[in-house]
Amino acid sequence: MKITLDTVVKTFDTFRAVHGVSLEIESGELIALLGPSGSGKTTILRMVAGLEYADSGSILFGDKDATDIPVRDRGVGFVFQHYALFPHMTVAENIAFGMKVSKRKRSREEIATRVTELLALVRLEGLGDRFPTQISGGQRQRVALARALAVDPRVLLLDEPFGALDANVRRDLRRWLREIHDQLGITTLFVTHDQEEALDLADRVVILEQGRIVQEGTPEEVCRRPNSPFVTKFLGDAHRLVGPVTSGSARVAGGTVAVPSLPDGQAEIFVRPADLSWGEGDIPAEVTRVIDRPDGRRVVVRLEDGTTLELDMPPETRIEKGDRQTLRVRRAHAFPLA
Amino acid sequence: MRRRVLPGLTLSLGITLLYVGLIVALPLGALIFKAASLGPEDYWRIISSGRALASYRVTVLSAAAATVFNLVFGLALAWVLVRYSFPGKRLVDAIVDLPFALPTAVAGIALTTLFAPNGWFGSWLSEAGIRVAYTPLGIMIAMAFTSLPFIVRTVQPVLEDLDPALEEAAQSLGGSDVAIFRKVILPLLVPALLAGVSLAFARSLGEFGAIIFIAGNQPFETEITALLAFIRLEEYDYQAAAAIASVLLITAFAMLAVTNFLQARALRYTARS
Ligand SMILES: Nc1ncnc2c1ncn2[C@@H]1O[C@H](COP(=O)(O)OP(=O)(O)O)[C@@H](O)[C@H]1O
Ligand SMILES: [Mg+2]
Repeated sequence: MKITLDTVVKTFDTFRAVHGVSLEIESGELIALLGPSGSGKTTILRMVAGLEYADSGSILFGDKDATDIPVRDRGVGFVFQHYALFPHMTVAENIAFGMKVSKRKRSREEIATRVTELLALVRLEGLGDRFPTQISGGQRQRVALARALAVDPRVLLLDEPFGALDANVRRDLRRWLREIHDQLGITTLFVTHDQEEALDLADRVVILEQGRIVQEGTPEEVCRRPNSPFVTKFLGDAHRLVGPVTSGSARVAGGTVAVPSLPDGQAEIFVRPADLSWGEGDIPAEVTRVIDRPDGRRVVVRLEDGTTLELDMPPETRIEKGDRQTLRVRRAHAFPLA
Repeated sequence: MRRRVLPGLTLSLGITLLYVGLIVALPLGALIFKAASLGPEDYWRIISSGRALASYRVTVLSAAAATVFNLVFGLALAWVLVRYSFPGKRLVDAIVDLPFALPTAVAGIALTTLFAPNGWFGSWLSEAGIRVAYTPLGIMIAMAFTSLPFIVRTVQPVLEDLDPALEEAAQSLGGSDVAIFRKVILPLLVPALLAGVSLAFARSLGEFGAIIFIAGNQPFETEITALLAFIRLEEYDYQAAAAIASVLLITAFAMLAVTNFLQARALRYTARS
């Protein structure tokens, strides 16, 4: 099912949470709404679900205007941030709930068969008789997904689906959600404030800032060509340098950075750890800290003007606090400063 | 030496136990002791006399009717107070506690004045052929009045804490309002409702002040058990009074035990395996 949002606006009392958002989600696509806390992600998701009504603009399911269809008739599967499992029902009863209350009558056997199927799909065979308090967070998450899928929704909506889980479980579930999506081909919209999660999982990423879409595109597009300082910073791990540009070269902290596409004037330049080379170029720097990680060494350096940068080096590099060298910026995202 | 969790635990535990012992257990023990000083035959004769049996019937049936009434009305009131906002809501919320705050005799006199055949409601009802004052219906109304807060105040906080996402999830799964209320909200309220019901019922069994003015107190007709015990006391027949009171006490205990058991069953799902 293709979903279209056309200049959707939502205001709470006097606070405008969503400013004219337009978005097209192709049938079978997996889209991430990415933005900092309070940027309106949940509100948009809830409007697509019908849990919240738009003040103006419209939401189409296929060619049909769904703006005023209440949630129970919209045919969406919604996975809540804290799962919202029914605490007094077992896992199996939670999954069966939608089928039991549905207008379409199903026989007891049909429901039981479907529950077994779904338990297998979310890899929770044998846990059907447990209550939600008796399973782990990651398992609850999967029950919530199975429950949402039980009613054959046309669209799957997930609000921060992995937000409350620890890092390892998170990574596993992410891959697993992608597999389920590829298997079922259901149009999916999920919300996250974690850029790694969005880039890892989604076909397309929609980045929000204060209720507006600031950029959308494939993970490659947004990573390689961020269109604003906000997006560049938000995608993570970027450090900011400021300096004047003359004929394609910026002067920063006692050295230079090549910025071929920028006009003359003040510019802000964002650099990531992988963009920097130690022992080349002309920016003087001093090591202030070395952080060891399983896959390499992260080195924190200070420039002459006090700016802090970070760069990654191979694990066998010999370097320590107090070392002085010059740096080269091999790649950067630069924007003129207004 | 084992470290204590709370400093002064021994002291606070001691005070608490002493208090519970002196204020609650001792009088109840004395009552049982007094009743037990009768021989089993005398005890049985007193508590199974026709007049006593009639008083149990009136008391239990009225208390049951009042509790059922409050179960429905109290739940509705709690629902409205939690889910809607309307002008005067805080006032209504405060009025719910009035039966607690009011001396029960005042409530009894007020209700009698209202429902007496020449009172505001009474004159109106007697035209319709309904008599309230001096009938079991009057007893029921007095009991319902004094025990209303129990159901409202036990259900209200649970309702306030219900996660709205549960209802939204049920809606997104296609549930109608009726289905959501029956299958999601009501089961989650059951433990609180049971607690409210047992308190309201126990309170109604023992209510005295609010009832005696409106009941008419005809032996075999509108005489409640608490009044019968009081009458025996007035006659200086302490043993008979204690025997009759012990029946009320045992019934209230049995009631609390049963609802505790049901409540534990209804809360099975919160136990971790
Ligand atoms: N029901 C509501 N009433 C008032 N303000 C709200 C409500 N829901 C959300 N908001 C406000 O709208 C903004 C966006 O909220 P939300 O969509 O939850 O953001 P996100 O999910 O991106 O963190 C926030 O500033 C929040 O305070
Ligand atoms: Mg949110």
